[in-house]
Amino acid sequence: MSTDTTDTTQTAPAPRKRSIFETLELDTRLLGMIGAFILVALIFNTLTDGRFLTPRNIFNLTIQTVSVAIMATGMVFVIVSRHIDLSVGAVLAACSALMAMTQVRFLPGTVGLEIGHWAIPWITIAVGIALGALIGAFNGWLIGYHGIPAFIVTLGGFLIWRNVGWYQTGGQTIGPLDQTFMMFGGINGTLGGTISWVICAIAVIFTIFAIFNARRTKLSHGFIVKPLWAEVTLAAISTGAIVGFVAILASYKVPDRVVARDPGRFGCEVAEGCAPVYGLPISVLLLIAIAAIMTVIARKTRFGRYIFATGGNPDAAELSGINTRLLTVKIFALMGVLCAIAAVVASSRLANHSNDLGTLDELRVIAAAVIGGTALSGGVGTIYGAILGALIMQSLQSGMAMVGVDAPLQNIVVGMVLVAAVFIDIQYRKRLGS
Amino acid sequence: MQPLVEMKNISIAFGGVQAVDDVSITLYPGEVVGLLGHNGAGKSTLIKILSGAYKMDSGEIWINGEPARIQSPRDARDYNIETIYQTLALADNLDAASNLFLGRELVTSLGFVDEDRMEAETRKIMARLNPNFQKLNEPVSALSGGQRQSVAIARAVYFNAKILIMDEPTAALGVHETAMVADLIQELKKQGLGIFLISHDTREMMELCDRVAVMKNGQMIGTERVEDVTEDDILSMIILGKNPKAAA
Repeated sequence: MSTDTTDTTQTAPAPRKRSIFETLELDTRLLGMIGAFILVALIFNTLTDGRFLTPRNIFNLTIQTVSVAIMATGMVFVIVSRHIDLSVGAVLAACSALMAMTQVRFLPGTVGLEIGHWAIPWITIAVGIALGALIGAFNGWLIGYHGIPAFIVTLGGFLIWRNVGWYQTGGQTIGPLDQTFMMFGGINGTLGGTISWVICAIAVIFTIFAIFNARRTKLSHGFIVKPLWAEVTLAAISTGAIVGFVAILASYKVPDRVVARDPGRFGCEVAEGCAPVYGLPISVLLLIAIAAIMTVIARKTRFGRYIFATGGNPDAAELSGINTRLLTVKIFALMGVLCAIAAVVASSRLANHSNDLGTLDELRVIAAAVIGGTALSGGVGTIYGAILGALIMQSLQSGMAMVGVDAPLQNIVVGMVLVAAVFIDIQYRKRLGS
Repeated sequence: MQPLVEMKNISIAFGGVQAVDDVSITLYPGEVVGLLGHNGAGKSTLIKILSGAYKMDSGEIWINGEPARIQSPRDARDYNIETIYQTLALADNLDAASNLFLGRELVTSLGFVDEDRMEAETRKIMARLNPNFQKLNEPVSALSGGQRQSVAIARAVYFNAKILIMDEPTAALGVHETAMVADLIQELKKQGLGIFLISHDTREMMELCDRVAVMKNGQMIGTERVEDVTEDDILSMIILGKNPKAAA
């Protein structure tokens, strides 16, 4: 359920009849987005003579998407509850600055922990998440309890938090970051071939179990279920997608010169005949875990249901006894936590903290959520949609960079795609009459 | 007999407007009391104080002979007061089961929302209230006015309301659906619920209610048993703000 959200390359929607989609109970919006993503990928692959769909580029694409995608899952909740958060990029910078100072200066210097001490990365991450939660909760308190529009509170935050980060670091680039901390950044933290395949196997078993367990529960309540062949097809597509995704990442070989530098890192005595692969990046696993948790929150917890109910009809939610003010605080606090986690990924990917980290991320995050089908009018949105949205945006951007499209033209295209996506979405909703 | 609800000397003002001015009203078990009056007479405001949506400036609410503190919709629910609002307080983007259980979701032993059990319960109660109801997996925005109303009523019935407030329950409904609501009111009455009914339709009120209370400009004009008054008496109370029986 969660693993197939980041992997879409294998689930090619073959031109089949509409009735089959209905039997499979697949979300047509999801299919449309996957179709759009595949189209983008194929076009760039043609334009780059096959360089776009190589294991190396797919690997890079996924690790570049992670930071924005993590924040986009939180933005879904913010937008679904009819708010907006313009400060996520700035909060990311503030958290990153504090975490960089904590691990590079404060813990080794003031506290006196040895550089490389095992506790440094974990204390650092805890401090960063605490700051993110605090900033988010403060925003939510101003919005929920004092009625200041989220647009204004977070527009203020957009100006405030990045520069709070600036004051923490004195504007300097802080690095190098802790070795363990940098494992969350992508290329520095990958699982290699064997562990990737073990995780793949677990994911496949879990997916099959989840699909058939859901069917059994439905049957026990006497609900109508889809035909068995539909469930099997669905299980086959999902597991095929998972296996395909892992296979691609596990076929990305570590370059010889990198192995030669430190064969021990890849479990080899000598560089000759070692031939290790990168496999699943830890940051991608982190994103998948967050996507799974956020999806469970959205569908299976009261908190998540109240977010959607409040977005659909705030008065009804209030009259049903839901504390919508406290709910707002929780939503923004969660957004802040996700900004902090995104800050871990973003700063460790670059191996240092610089003050412009996450600049314009608020726009990318909002665009990802919106392209992913989150309605600004509230009440509608999905986690997997937002992640796909982030992936589509990142594909467009790096694809155009690979093709050599002029920088201004790149932004023009991304802007047009954003507006076009919402246009198509509105037409689609109108046709459904909902 | 002990009254189910006594609202005593209730007042509330919004800005300079005295929306409800020293109003008292009682409701007995198994009784339907209708609230009548022009738009802005204060009927809905009075009833929203009972349902916890507004906080009164002064006055007292007694339930089952004991003073009650109602500060929020949640408090009202704790006294088994359920409200069916004129505006159909449903979240349009959610399905019937989610709306029925909104704020009181069924959860599994792990604390997760038990969607399947909620759907099964919804099927059960809808089969009783509105056997034609089929669209359980669609957002309620896709439902007709009557179907939406039956979701709202199901919510009140499912959670064993003792006191039911219905604010224009038939305003959005067709003839057949209105009859369905009327039957349901009789059914709930037999079970001993007390019902406050708000409507503009005087004839409908004469049929459904045991007593009618007429308000004008935030004040209570009078409360009469329906068999003691004619429709014309009530109309003159609504329009002139005078109780012809009291004057006589």
